[in-house]
Amino acid sequence: MAKQLDRRRLLGYLVAAPTLAVAVDWTAALACPQATRAAVPSLPQPEEIFDLGDMQDLAAAPTSGLITVVVNGDGTASLAVPRAEVGQGMTTAIAMMVAEELDLPLGKVTITLADARPELLMNQLTGGSNSMRSMYIPVRAAAAVARQRLVEVAAATWDTDPALLTTRHGVITAPEGQTATYGELAAPAAARTTLTVTAQLKPQSAFTILGTPQGRIDARDIVTGRKQFTMDLQVPGAKPTMVARPPTINGTVVSVNNVAAVLAMPGVTDVAALAHGVAIRAEAFGQCIDAIQVIDVTWGPGTVDGQSDDTVEAQLKAALPDLTTPLSLLAGSVDAEFFFAFASNSPLEPDCAIADVRPGSAEIWSSLKAPIVAQGAIAAALGLPVSAVTVHVTEGGGSFGRHLFHDAALEAAEASQKMGKPVKLSWSRTDNFRQGRAHPMCVSRVRASYALGNVLTYEQRHTSVQTEFGHGLGDMVTATASKLPVAGGLALSQTIFELTQSSPYNFGVTVQALNEIPLRFSTGSMRNIYSPNVACAQELIVDQLAKKMGQDPVMFRRNFLKDQRLLAVLNKAAAAGAWGKAMPPGTAQGIAVHSEYRGAIAVLVDIDCTAATVTRPISDGVAGPRVTRALVVVDAGFTINPRGLEAQMIGGVQDGIALALTSSLHISAGIPLEGSWDNYFYTREWNTPLDISVIVMPSASDSPSGAGELGVAPAFAAVACAYARATGTLPTRFPINHAALGFTPLPLEPSTPQSPTDGLGNAF
Amino acid sequence: MPTHAFILNGEQVTVEAEDNLRLLWVLRDILGVTGPKYGCALDVCKACTCHINGLAFNPCSVRVKDIKPTDEITTIEGLPATVGADLHPMQQAWLDYDVAQCGYCQPGQIMAAVAKVKRAHAEGREITDADLDELRNICRCGTYSRIRQAVKAAAQKMTSPT
Repeated sequence: MAKQLDRRRLLGYLVAAPTLAVAVDWTAALACPQATRAAVPSLPQPEEIFDLGDMQDLAAAPTSGLITVVVNGDGTASLAVPRAEVGQGMTTAIAMMVAEELDLPLGKVTITLADARPELLMNQLTGGSNSMRSMYIPVRAAAAVARQRLVEVAAATWDTDPALLTTRHGVITAPEGQTATYGELAAPAAARTTLTVTAQLKPQSAFTILGTPQGRIDARDIVTGRKQFTMDLQVPGAKPTMVARPPTINGTVVSVNNVAAVLAMPGVTDVAALAHGVAIRAEAFGQCIDAIQVIDVTWGPGTVDGQSDDTVEAQLKAALPDLTTPLSLLAGSVDAEFFFAFASNSPLEPDCAIADVRPGSAEIWSSLKAPIVAQGAIAAALGLPVSAVTVHVTEGGGSFGRHLFHDAALEAAEASQKMGKPVKLSWSRTDNFRQGRAHPMCVSRVRASYALGNVLTYEQRHTSVQTEFGHGLGDMVTATASKLPVAGGLALSQTIFELTQSSPYNFGVTVQALNEIPLRFSTGSMRNIYSPNVACAQELIVDQLAKKMGQDPVMFRRNFLKDQRLLAVLNKAAAAGAWGKAMPPGTAQGIAVHSEYRGAIAVLVDIDCTAATVTRPISDGVAGPRVTRALVVVDAGFTINPRGLEAQMIGGVQDGIALALTSSLHISAGIPLEGSWDNYFYTREWNTPLDISVIVMPSASDSPSGAGELGVAPAFAAVACAYARATGTLPTRFPINHAALGFTPLPLEPSTPQSPTDGLGNAF
Repeated sequence: MPTHAFILNGEQVTVEAEDNLRLLWVLRDILGVTGPKYGCALDVCKACTCHINGLAFNPCSVRVKDIKPTDEITTIEGLPATVGADLHPMQQAWLDYDVAQCGYCQPGQIMAAVAKVKRAHAEGREITDADLDELRNICRCGTYSRIRQAVKAAAQKMTSPT
């Protein structure tokens, strides 16, 4: 796709503005499905022909043209990008694209996050590891047009041939020695009326910034504490607000029984009953927490009252379709069933938003990956036209899927409207685990059969509590469709499953299918959606097949992988990771491969499951097996920023370790028991590998693959496979420590516990 | 309302606040010092880690009345001044290793790491992996391996063991 585009002159518009502004038109650049590879005997599955990112590319294509690069009078360039930055380095990569095509130093490019722009339709969704894939051409095209315009204006001024001029570091130089800075030319180059122009992208061979390792553009602000997240913004009158919540998921408010007493507490200014809790506004968040200890609310039922881990699992198993593959007397087979507990997609920054709702308008600040959907939903809830609701997208302190939804923003809007005052609303940590969205519990049943050295069939029936995709593709049209009870939500989830899942192996007749049960938990996509569970089950079965067929796991994969890029990353990992080295008892290696978002990846880990390691003393946490080393080999197509790609792989490894070994939610009587990070065991320093290395494969491709989620599934699978080999037992329930509750649950009421007072005693 | 005085990033400050208000909210909501982040207010996630008289602590779990007028509170904003530079070596190492992802935990990570290294140096030794295993700061983006590289590199540039 990019190859064809690179050779084509791309269309752009010089937009009438005080300084040079270029918008790009990308309507001609429809996604071109990659040719399917020879796939005999397995027929290609949908993901191989047309994946989720292609669907998003197509959805984005007609409106990408509204992305505008502005050259400012101070010589900088700026772009308000219609994507969210939640830690994955999107703004840095976009700045690199602009800097490259403009020949401008990276430090002179400013990237901000665009407000919700409903006219962008489906092109304002951050998800599916799609930002680099969908933005790579349009952003570069806009910058290339801007550079060309600056050169033409300089050439006209000097009465010379534009082809003779060179650009470097924001300065245009003529052969005769004249120079002009972009800043000097920004106003003269501005269009008086909108003009259509074309420009050519730089060939990859001329890149000096793209493809080179760059640090994050916001790194200095981060390490000095200057980076502003939502709760750091100072919006006049927006006072701290928290919510007392019911003891079951999505419980409702029947009555607040002591409003006067709460209003009389220090600092408290307002109390308002919301759909699923009671908002308390005060001068300081600590006073909100104090009030939550005192408030007396009669709660109505939630949506999953009475449901617990065991009841949900029983319903999943009842809904599991029978495996349809007949067992032949002549063939051997492997059958297994894998259980995956609920997992929280909570980032470190609690869900939060600022809302200032006035009688005829509203202004919202929040980290939102689908801000158009949020804007529409908030407008509807407030009874305002969409045009009266301004939604600012703020920098997010992580997302992992959580910010596809706008729960906190909607709640803040509701609170502000009811109180008639601006609010700075934050969920508490406990809220985030207990009432926040979760990756649903699921069960994968797998059967594979083999004979005469061939795998004849592979059947995987994945059954899950339903995952909400209420954000659709980021616009109101598909978001609304996904809420339709049958044709919408379930159909979209089936679509996403089909577009993201495929077996990379030549396993004969291959079936992978999703079945969902409609329990009303609060769910949502978690980084890599279905793949971590599906791939973990698949790779464990692959190791089982290898064992039964008497082959080494790496050799077996070599024999059955369909894809040359996967084969290359597998071979590289096996060589660089010293696959097959002698290891002490209780320790082992594990390896897994994965292909998604047009990327290919192999992860090799060493795990230590010895008693000394598993039982090492850790206060208020879990020790368990330790992954002592992890190696990632990734082919992400053209790598925009190798340093950023490496960071995403490191994060993916940590997520995979957590999903395999430690992190889960325990549902009990309609709510998770977890209430803090010492309950929800995400990977901590004592769990992290001491050695994580990432090898980025050279790629012949000139288009980037998606990478933000790519590492999670193979890391999870590799850790599971290593655990199986180290312990000699096939793990079938994840995370492996889920059965033992490793903490004392915080009380359900008050919904947010009081803060400790003994912090000085822990100083070090 | 009671008045409380302490030294914040080298400057004497006086605030009016209820005695039991946790120091984190005094910093963030009253004084507008937002480097220390709210992650849990349970002394668990450590996103708000600051220094009191050079020791790492979590202001989410300390009442303002327990802070003395002579106590020196340092937040991430005041860390460079403690070494008389634009950036503390730990902050520079964070840039050198491009540690941050979303960045939400990083002010707390840096403050905790500085204290951990100082403690090891005070004991006349270098920082070890066992020391780093004791850090409780959550990084939900999972950049732990770069944190460890940066802390070890910064430790070399901080005052060496005596």
